[in-house]
Amino acid sequence: MRGRRKGQVGDLPYHQVNQVLRFSKVGYRVNGREVLRDLTFEVEKGQTLVLLGRSGSGKTTALKMVNALLTPTSGEVSVEGRATIEWNPIELRRRIGYVIQETGLFPHFTVAANVGVVPRLNGWPQERIAARVDELLTRVGLPSKEFGQRYPRELSGGQRQRVGVARALAADPPILLFDEPFGALDPVTRHEVRREYTALARDLGKTTLFVTHDVREALELGDRIGLLASGRLEELLPVNEFRRAQSAEASAFLECLSSDQNN
Amino acid sequence: MRPGLAHDILDLTSEHLILVLTAMAIACAIGVPLGILLTRRARWRAPVLGVANILQTIPSLALFGFLIPLPLIGGIGPRTAIVALVVYALLPILRNTLAGILGVDGAVRESATAMGMTPAQILREVELPLAARTILAGIRIATVTTIGTATIAAAIGGGGLGVFIFRGVASVDTVQILAGAVPAALIALISDGGLGWIERKFSA
Repeated sequence: MRGRRKGQVGDLPYHQVNQVLRFSKVGYRVNGREVLRDLTFEVEKGQTLVLLGRSGSGKTTALKMVNALLTPTSGEVSVEGRATIEWNPIELRRRIGYVIQETGLFPHFTVAANVGVVPRLNGWPQERIAARVDELLTRVGLPSKEFGQRYPRELSGGQRQRVGVARALAADPPILLFDEPFGALDPVTRHEVRREYTALARDLGKTTLFVTHDVREALELGDRIGLLASGRLEELLPVNEFRRAQSAEASAFLECLSSDQNN
Repeated sequence: MRPGLAHDILDLTSEHLILVLTAMAIACAIGVPLGILLTRRARWRAPVLGVANILQTIPSLALFGFLIPLPLIGGIGPRTAIVALVVYALLPILRNTLAGILGVDGAVRESATAMGMTPAQILREVELPLAARTILAGIRIATVTTIGTATIAAAIGGGGLGVFIFRGVASVDTVQILAGAVPAALIALISDGGLGWIERKFSA
Protein backbone atom coordinates (compact mmCIF):
# COMPACT_ATOMS: atom_id res chain seq x y z
CA MET A 1 0.00 0.00 0.00
CA ARG A 2 2.70 2.41 1.07
CA GLY A 3 4.99 1.41 -1.76
CA ARG A 4 2.23 1.90 -4.29
CA ARG A 5 1.35 5.33 -3.03
CA LYS A 6 4.98 6.35 -3.09
CA GLY A 7 5.41 5.25 -6.68
CA GLN A 8 2.19 6.71 -7.97
CA VAL A 9 1.98 10.23 -6.66
CA GLY A 10 1.73 11.47 -10.24
CA ASP A 11 -1.32 9.32 -10.97
CA LEU A 12 -3.31 10.33 -7.92
CA PRO A 13 -6.41 12.44 -8.47
CA TYR A 14 -5.77 16.17 -8.38
CA HIS A 15 -7.33 16.82 -4.99
CA GLN A 16 -5.10 14.23 -3.35
CA VAL A 17 -1.88 15.58 -4.80
CA ASN A 18 -3.06 18.96 -3.61
CA GLN A 19 -3.22 17.75 -0.04
CA VAL A 20 0.21 18.80 1.05
CA LEU A 21 -0.31 17.69 4.65
CA ARG A 22 -2.51 14.83 5.66
CA PHE A 23 -3.16 13.32 9.08
CA SER A 24 -5.01 10.01 8.98
CA LYS A 25 -6.24 8.58 12.26
CA VAL A 26 -3.16 9.82 14.02
CA GLY A 27 -2.71 8.80 17.63
CA TYR A 28 0.13 9.48 20.01
CA ARG A 29 0.67 7.72 23.27
CA VAL A 30 3.51 8.32 25.66
CA ASN A 31 4.01 6.48 28.97
CA GLY A 32 0.48 5.13 28.72
CA ARG A 33 -1.00 8.62 28.37
CA GLU A 34 -2.96 9.34 25.25
CA VAL A 35 -1.87 12.73 23.93
CA LEU A 36 -3.60 12.56 20.55
CA ARG A 37 -6.42 10.38 19.38
CA ASP A 38 -7.80 9.66 15.96
CA LEU A 39 -6.67 12.93 14.43
CA THR A 40 -7.71 13.26 10.80
CA PHE A 41 -7.40 16.37 8.68
CA GLU A 42 -5.57 17.68 5.67
CA VAL A 43 -4.16 20.99 4.56
CA GLU A 44 -4.34 21.88 0.91
CA LYS A 45 -1.64 23.59 -1.01
CA GLY A 46 -1.31 27.26 -0.11
CA GLN A 47 -3.85 27.03 2.70
CA THR A 48 -3.42 27.83 6.37
CA LEU A 49 -4.92 25.56 8.97
CA VAL A 50 -4.82 26.85 12.53
CA LEU A 51 -4.81 24.27 15.30
CA LEU A 52 -6.49 26.00 18.21
CA GLY A 53 -6.59 24.59 21.71
CA ARG A 54 -5.79 25.04 25.37
CA SER A 55 -2.40 24.20 26.82
CA GLY A 56 -2.01 20.44 26.87
CA SER A 57 -4.59 19.83 24.14
CA GLY A 58 -1.94 18.14 21.97
CA LYS A 59 -1.59 20.82 19.30
CA THR A 60 2.19 21.13 19.57
CA THR A 61 2.54 17.36 19.53
CA ALA A 62 0.56 17.24 16.29
CA LEU A 63 2.71 19.97 14.77
CA LYS A 64 5.95 18.17 15.59
CA MET A 65 4.76 15.12 13.69
CA VAL A 66 4.87 17.02 10.43
CA ASN A 67 8.63 17.58 10.55
CA ALA A 68 9.23 14.18 12.14
CA LEU A 69 10.39 15.54 15.49
CA LEU A 70 7.79 13.07 16.75
CA THR A 71 6.41 9.93 15.14
CA PRO A 72 2.76 8.92 15.52
CA THR A 73 2.22 5.78 17.58
CA SER A 74 -0.79 4.97 15.41
CA GLY A 75 -2.08 6.25 12.10
CA GLU A 76 -0.02 8.16 9.60
CA VAL A 77 1.07 11.68 8.79
CA SER A 78 1.91 12.29 5.19
CA VAL A 79 3.66 15.22 3.61
CA GLU A 80 3.34 15.80 -0.13
CA GLY A 81 1.78 12.38 -0.49
CA ARG A 82 4.48 10.47 1.34
CA ALA A 83 4.31 9.20 4.92
CA THR A 84 6.75 10.98 7.23
CA ILE A 85 8.31 7.65 8.22
CA GLU A 86 9.21 7.06 4.58
CA TRP A 87 10.92 10.41 4.19
CA ASN A 88 14.57 10.89 4.95
CA PRO A 89 14.03 13.16 7.98
CA ILE A 90 16.80 15.57 6.93
CA GLU A 91 15.31 15.98 3.46
CA LEU A 92 11.80 16.37 4.88
CA ARG A 93 12.88 19.05 7.35
CA ARG A 94 14.69 21.08 4.72
CA ARG A 95 11.30 21.46 2.98
CA ILE A 96 9.61 22.78 6.10
CA GLY A 97 10.10 26.14 7.82
CA TYR A 98 9.63 25.99 11.58
CA VAL A 99 9.03 28.90 13.94
CA ILE A 100 8.65 28.41 17.69
CA GLN A 101 7.86 30.71 20.57
CA GLU A 102 11.38 30.65 22.02
CA THR A 103 12.66 31.33 18.45
CA GLY A 104 15.58 28.92 18.92
CA LEU A 105 17.89 31.40 17.21
CA PHE A 106 21.55 30.39 17.45
CA PRO A 107 22.98 32.75 20.08
CA HIS A 108 26.51 32.45 18.66
CA PHE A 109 25.47 33.34 15.09
CA THR A 110 24.80 36.85 13.84
CA VAL A 111 21.32 37.68 12.62
CA ALA A 112 22.49 37.29 9.02
CA ALA A 113 24.13 33.93 9.73
CA ASN A 114 20.99 32.74 11.51
CA VAL A 115 18.81 33.56 8.53
CA GLY A 116 21.31 32.00 6.13
CA VAL A 117 21.61 28.64 7.89
CA VAL A 118 19.36 26.48 5.74
CA PRO A 119 20.52 27.97 2.40
CA ARG A 120 24.09 27.29 3.54
CA LEU A 121 23.21 23.71 4.51
CA ASN A 122 21.66 23.35 1.08
CA GLY A 123 24.94 24.42 -0.47
CA TRP A 124 23.89 27.74 -2.00
CA PRO A 125 26.78 29.92 -3.21
CA GLN A 126 27.82 32.76 -0.88
CA GLU A 127 26.46 35.64 -3.01
CA ARG A 128 23.08 34.00 -3.39
CA ILE A 129 22.82 33.46 0.38
CA ALA A 130 23.79 37.08 1.05
CA ALA A 131 21.21 38.35 -1.44
CA ARG A 132 18.50 36.16 0.05
CA VAL A 133 19.34 37.22 3.60
CA ASP A 134 19.19 40.88 2.54
CA GLU A 135 15.85 40.38 0.86
CA LEU A 136 14.27 38.59 3.82
CA LEU A 137 15.59 40.89 6.51
CA THR A 138 14.30 43.89 4.59
CA ARG A 139 10.99 42.12 4.24
CA VAL A 140 10.59 41.60 7.99
CA GLY A 141 11.63 45.19 8.65
CA LEU A 142 15.17 44.58 9.91
CA PRO A 143 17.41 45.86 7.09
CA SER A 144 20.59 43.84 7.08
CA LYS A 145 22.83 46.88 6.93
CA GLU A 146 21.63 47.78 10.40
CA PHE A 147 20.76 44.41 11.92
CA GLY A 148 22.65 41.75 9.94
CA GLN A 149 25.79 41.78 12.08
CA ARG A 150 24.05 41.92 15.45
CA TYR A 151 23.63 38.93 17.72
CA PRO A 152 20.20 37.71 18.83
CA ARG A 153 20.80 38.89 22.41
CA GLU A 154 21.09 42.46 21.07
CA LEU A 155 17.53 42.36 19.71
CA SER A 156 14.14 42.86 21.33
CA GLY A 157 11.69 39.98 21.59
CA GLY A 158 9.69 41.19 18.60
CA GLN A 159 12.83 41.59 16.49
CA ARG A 160 14.02 38.12 17.43
CA GLN A 161 10.67 36.71 16.39
CA ARG A 162 10.91 38.50 13.03
CA VAL A 163 14.36 36.98 12.51
CA GLY A 164 12.84 33.60 13.36
CA VAL A 165 10.24 34.06 10.63
CA ALA A 166 12.91 35.21 8.14
CA ARG A 167 15.04 32.18 8.98
CA ALA A 168 12.12 29.80 8.41
CA LEU A 169 11.47 31.36 5.00
CA ALA A 170 15.11 31.48 3.92
CA ALA A 171 15.30 28.43 1.68
CA ASP A 172 11.77 29.09 0.37
CA PRO A 173 10.26 25.90 1.83
CA PRO A 174 6.81 24.94 0.52
CA ILE A 175 5.54 24.21 4.04
CA LEU A 176 5.59 26.33 7.19
CA LEU A 177 4.95 25.29 10.78
CA PHE A 178 4.33 27.84 13.51
CA ASP A 179 4.14 26.99 17.19
CA GLU A 180 2.72 29.97 19.11
CA PRO A 181 5.30 32.16 17.42
CA PHE A 182 3.98 35.39 18.88
CA GLY A 183 3.02 34.00 22.28
CA ALA A 184 5.85 35.57 24.27
CA LEU A 185 5.43 39.09 22.90
CA ASP A 186 3.67 41.98 24.60
CA PRO A 187 0.19 42.68 23.18
CA VAL A 188 1.20 45.69 21.08
CA THR A 189 4.25 44.07 19.51
CA ARG A 190 2.27 40.92 19.09
CA HIS A 191 -0.36 42.73 17.12
CA GLU A 192 2.26 44.42 14.93
CA VAL A 193 4.24 41.28 14.17
CA ARG A 194 1.05 39.38 13.46
CA ARG A 195 -0.15 42.01 11.01
CA GLU A 196 3.17 41.95 9.18
CA TYR A 197 3.10 38.20 9.15
CA THR A 198 -0.43 38.12 7.72
CA ALA A 199 0.64 40.33 4.84
CA LEU A 200 3.71 38.19 4.25
CA ALA A 201 1.73 34.95 4.35
CA ARG A 202 -0.79 36.25 1.84
CA ASP A 203 2.02 37.11 -0.57
CA LEU A 204 3.86 33.85 -0.21
CA GLY A 205 1.01 31.37 -0.45
CA LYS A 206 2.75 28.69 1.62
CA THR A 207 1.01 25.67 3.01
CA THR A 208 0.88 26.45 6.70
CA LEU A 209 0.05 24.72 9.93
CA PHE A 210 -0.24 27.25 12.74
CA VAL A 211 -0.64 26.38 16.40
CA THR A 212 -2.09 28.85 18.89
CA HIS A 213 -4.27 29.17 21.97
CA ASP A 214 -5.42 32.63 20.92
CA VAL A 215 -8.80 32.49 19.20
CA ARG A 216 -8.40 35.97 17.74
CA GLU A 217 -5.11 34.95 16.15
CA ALA A 218 -6.79 31.83 14.78
CA LEU A 219 -9.61 33.82 13.19
CA GLU A 220 -7.20 36.35 11.75
CA LEU A 221 -4.65 33.99 10.25
CA GLY A 222 -6.46 30.79 9.34
CA ASP A 223 -8.35 29.65 6.29
CA ARG A 224 -9.68 26.90 8.47
CA ILE A 225 -9.58 26.22 12.19
CA GLY A 226 -9.14 22.85 13.83
CA LEU A 227 -10.15 22.94 17.46
CA LEU A 228 -8.31 20.44 19.64
CA ALA A 229 -9.49 19.40 23.08
CA SER A 230 -7.80 16.65 25.09
CA GLY A 231 -6.05 15.31 22.03
CA ARG A 232 -9.16 15.10 19.85
CA LEU A 233 -10.33 17.24 17.00
CA GLU A 234 -13.58 18.83 18.19
CA GLU A 235 -14.20 21.05 15.20
CA LEU A 236 -12.67 21.44 11.77
CA LEU A 237 -14.30 24.39 10.05
CA PRO A 238 -13.64 27.29 7.72
CA VAL A 239 -13.05 30.46 9.71
CA ASN A 240 -16.49 31.93 9.01
CA GLU A 241 -18.30 28.85 10.14
CA PHE A 242 -16.12 28.55 13.21
CA ARG A 243 -17.57 31.82 14.46
CA ARG A 244 -20.94 30.08 14.67
CA ALA A 245 -19.68 26.75 16.05
CA GLN A 246 -21.86 25.32 18.79
CA SER A 247 -19.72 22.78 20.67
CA ALA A 248 -18.92 23.52 24.29
CA GLU A 249 -15.19 23.96 23.65
CA ALA A 250 -15.77 26.22 20.63
CA SER A 251 -18.21 28.34 22.64
CA ALA A 252 -15.67 28.64 25.43
CA PHE A 253 -13.10 30.02 22.99
CA LEU A 254 -15.59 32.30 21.21
CA GLU A 255 -16.80 33.61 24.53
CA CYS A 256 -13.32 34.80 25.49
CA LEU A 257 -13.30 36.62 22.17
CA SER A 258 -16.46 38.60 22.95
CA SER A 259 -15.37 39.33 26.53
CA ASP A 260 -12.10 40.69 25.07
CA GLN A 261 -14.01 43.04 22.83
CA ASN A 262 -16.08 44.43 25.67
CA ASN A 263 -12.98 45.50 27.51
CA MET B 1 72.88 31.13 44.16
CA ARG B 2 74.60 27.79 43.80
CA PRO B 3 76.52 27.19 40.57
CA GLY B 4 74.45 25.31 38.01
CA LEU B 5 71.17 25.89 39.81
CA ALA B 6 69.80 28.18 37.11
CA HIS B 7 70.67 25.60 34.51
CA ASP B 8 68.98 22.84 36.51
CA ILE B 9 65.87 24.97 36.91
CA LEU B 10 65.59 25.38 33.15
CA ASP B 11 66.09 21.67 32.52
CA LEU B 12 63.61 20.51 35.11
CA THR B 13 61.07 23.15 34.14
CA SER B 14 61.09 21.94 30.56
CA GLU B 15 60.75 18.34 31.77
CA HIS B 16 57.84 19.47 33.88
CA LEU B 17 56.18 21.24 30.97
CA ILE B 18 56.57 18.18 28.77
CA LEU B 19 54.95 16.00 31.43
CA VAL B 20 52.02 18.39 31.81
CA LEU B 21 51.49 19.05 28.11
CA THR B 22 51.64 15.35 27.19
CA ALA B 23 49.25 14.41 29.97
CA MET B 24 46.84 17.22 29.09
CA ALA B 25 46.87 16.39 25.39
CA ILE B 26 46.02 12.77 26.14
CA ALA B 27 43.40 13.72 28.75
CA CYS B 28 41.66 16.08 26.29
CA ALA B 29 41.83 13.51 23.51
CA ILE B 30 40.04 11.03 25.78
CA GLY B 31 37.90 13.32 27.92
CA VAL B 32 36.20 15.51 25.30
CA PRO B 33 35.11 12.69 22.94
CA LEU B 34 34.07 10.54 25.92
CA GLY B 35 32.06 13.46 27.30
CA ILE B 36 30.34 13.92 23.93
CA LEU B 37 29.58 10.21 23.81
CA LEU B 38 28.06 10.37 27.28
CA THR B 39 25.65 13.13 26.16
CA ARG B 40 24.30 10.57 23.66
CA ARG B 41 24.23 7.63 26.11
CA ALA B 42 22.35 8.70 29.20
CA ARG B 43 22.63 5.22 30.68
CA TRP B 44 26.44 5.23 30.72
CA ARG B 45 26.70 8.59 32.44
CA ALA B 46 26.41 7.55 36.08
CA PRO B 47 28.80 4.55 35.87
CA VAL B 48 31.49 6.37 33.85
CA LEU B 49 31.38 9.50 36.02
CA GLY B 50 31.39 7.23 39.08
CA VAL B 51 34.62 5.54 37.98
CA ALA B 52 36.22 8.90 37.14
CA ASN B 53 35.17 10.19 40.55
CA ILE B 54 36.67 7.23 42.39
CA LEU B 55 39.95 7.54 40.47
CA GLN B 56 40.03 11.20 41.46
CA THR B 57 39.83 10.34 45.17
CA ILE B 58 42.92 8.10 45.18
CA PRO B 59 45.71 10.04 46.90
CA SER B 60 48.18 11.01 44.19
CA LEU B 61 51.27 9.50 45.77
CA ALA B 62 49.37 6.22 46.23
CA LEU B 63 48.20 6.24 42.60
CA PHE B 64 51.77 6.68 41.35
CA GLY B 65 52.73 3.77 43.60
CA PHE B 66 49.88 1.55 42.37
CA LEU B 67 50.92 2.06 38.77
CA ILE B 68 54.54 0.97 39.19
CA PRO B 69 53.93 -2.81 39.15
CA LEU B 70 51.49 -2.69 36.21
CA PRO B 71 52.68 -4.03 32.85
CA LEU B 72 52.86 -1.70 29.81
CA ILE B 73 51.64 1.48 31.52
CA GLY B 74 53.62 0.94 34.74
CA GLY B 75 57.23 0.92 35.77
CA ILE B 76 59.57 3.70 36.80
CA GLY B 77 59.80 6.90 34.77
CA PRO B 78 57.87 9.63 33.01
CA ARG B 79 55.50 7.26 31.19
CA THR B 80 53.92 6.03 34.42
CA ALA B 81 53.75 9.58 35.68
CA ILE B 82 51.87 10.68 32.57
CA VAL B 83 49.34 7.88 33.01
CA ALA B 84 48.64 9.01 36.55
CA LEU B 85 48.33 12.64 35.51
CA VAL B 86 45.87 11.72 32.75
CA VAL B 87 43.72 9.86 35.26
CA TYR B 88 43.51 12.99 37.42
CA ALA B 89 42.87 15.39 34.56
CA LEU B 90 40.09 13.31 33.06
CA LEU B 91 37.26 14.03 35.49
CA PRO B 92 37.04 17.84 35.17
CA ILE B 93 37.30 17.63 31.38
CA LEU B 94 34.71 14.90 31.16
CA ARG B 95 32.31 16.57 33.55
CA ASN B 96 32.52 19.99 31.92
CA THR B 97 32.13 18.60 28.39
CA LEU B 98 29.00 16.82 29.51
CA ALA B 99 27.62 19.83 31.39
CA GLY B 100 28.45 22.22 28.55
CA ILE B 101 26.67 20.22 25.88
CA LEU B 102 23.69 19.26 28.03
CA GLY B 103 23.38 22.91 28.99
CA VAL B 104 22.65 24.01 25.42
CA ASP B 105 19.13 25.49 25.26
CA GLY B 106 16.63 22.83 24.22
CA ALA B 107 14.85 25.26 21.87
CA VAL B 108 18.12 25.91 20.05
CA ARG B 109 18.81 22.21 19.63
CA GLU B 110 15.24 21.57 18.52
CA SER B 111 15.31 24.27 15.89
CA ALA B 112 18.68 22.99 14.63
CA THR B 113 17.10 19.55 14.22
CA ALA B 114 13.98 20.99 12.63
CA MET B 115 16.09 22.92 10.11
CA GLY B 116 17.40 19.63 8.83
CA MET B 117 20.85 19.63 10.42
CA THR B 118 22.43 16.21 10.74
CA PRO B 119 23.54 15.13 14.24
CA ALA B 120 27.17 15.78 13.21
CA GLN B 121 26.29 19.29 12.02
CA ILE B 122 24.41 20.00 15.24
CA LEU B 123 27.46 18.89 17.24
CA ARG B 124 29.94 20.88 15.19
CA GLU B 125 27.97 24.05 14.57
CA VAL B 126 25.73 24.34 17.61
CA GLU B 127 26.62 22.16 20.57
CA LEU B 128 30.42 22.43 20.61
CA PRO B 129 30.59 26.20 20.00
CA LEU B 130 27.99 26.85 22.69
CA ALA B 131 29.68 24.44 25.11
CA ALA B 132 33.20 25.68 24.31
CA ARG B 133 33.43 28.00 27.26
CA THR B 134 32.43 25.35 29.79
CA ILE B 135 34.70 22.75 28.20
CA LEU B 136 37.63 25.18 28.29
CA ALA B 137 36.94 25.90 31.94
CA GLY B 138 37.27 22.16 32.62
CA ILE B 139 40.55 22.05 30.71
CA ARG B 140 41.85 25.05 32.65
CA ILE B 141 41.03 23.50 36.02
CA ALA B 142 42.61 20.21 34.94
CA THR B 143 45.75 21.96 33.68
CA VAL B 144 46.33 23.91 36.89
CA THR B 145 45.82 20.78 38.99
CA THR B 146 48.10 18.75 36.75
CA ILE B 147 50.93 21.29 37.06
CA GLY B 148 50.82 20.85 40.83
CA THR B 149 50.35 17.10 40.82
CA ALA B 150 53.19 16.63 38.32
CA THR B 151 55.69 17.55 41.06
CA ILE B 152 54.95 14.14 42.59
CA ALA B 153 56.13 12.46 39.38
CA ALA B 154 59.67 12.79 40.71
CA ALA B 155 58.81 10.21 43.39
CA ILE B 156 58.67 7.50 40.71
CA GLY B 157 61.50 8.82 38.59
CA GLY B 158 59.31 10.89 36.30
CA GLY B 159 61.48 13.98 36.55
CA GLY B 160 60.19 17.54 36.52
CA LEU B 161 60.32 20.26 39.17
CA GLY B 162 59.38 17.73 41.85
CA VAL B 163 63.02 16.55 41.71
CA PHE B 164 64.03 19.79 43.45
CA ILE B 165 61.28 19.51 46.01
CA PHE B 166 62.01 15.90 46.99
CA ARG B 167 65.75 16.62 47.07
CA GLY B 168 65.17 19.72 49.16
CA VAL B 169 62.89 17.91 51.61
CA ALA B 170 65.40 15.08 52.00
CA SER B 171 68.29 17.45 52.68
CA VAL B 172 66.26 20.08 54.54
CA ASP B 173 67.30 22.65 51.93
CA THR B 174 64.77 25.45 51.56
CA VAL B 175 66.50 26.87 48.48
CA GLN B 176 66.07 23.56 46.66
CA ILE B 177 62.39 23.34 47.67
CA LEU B 178 61.79 26.87 46.44
CA ALA B 179 63.67 26.17 43.21
CA GLY B 180 60.97 23.55 42.51
CA ALA B 181 57.93 25.23 44.03
CA VAL B 182 58.29 28.75 42.66
CA PRO B 183 58.60 27.82 38.94
CA ALA B 184 55.72 25.32 39.35
CA ALA B 185 53.54 28.02 40.89
CA LEU B 186 54.51 30.47 38.13
CA ILE B 187 53.65 27.97 35.39
CA ALA B 188 50.30 27.35 37.08
CA LEU B 189 49.50 31.05 37.33
CA ILE B 190 50.49 31.75 33.72
CA SER B 191 48.45 28.78 32.43
CA ASP B 192 45.45 29.81 34.49
CA GLY B 193 45.63 33.36 33.17
CA GLY B 194 46.21 32.32 29.55
CA LEU B 195 43.49 29.69 29.45
CA GLY B 196 41.12 32.03 31.28
CA TRP B 197 41.73 34.64 28.60
CA ILE B 198 40.96 32.14 25.81
CA GLU B 199 37.85 31.09 27.72
CA ARG B 200 36.55 34.65 27.83
CA LYS B 201 37.07 34.93 24.08
CA PHE B 202 34.35 32.31 23.78
CA SER B 203 31.81 34.18 25.84
CA ALA B 204 29.54 34.81 22.84
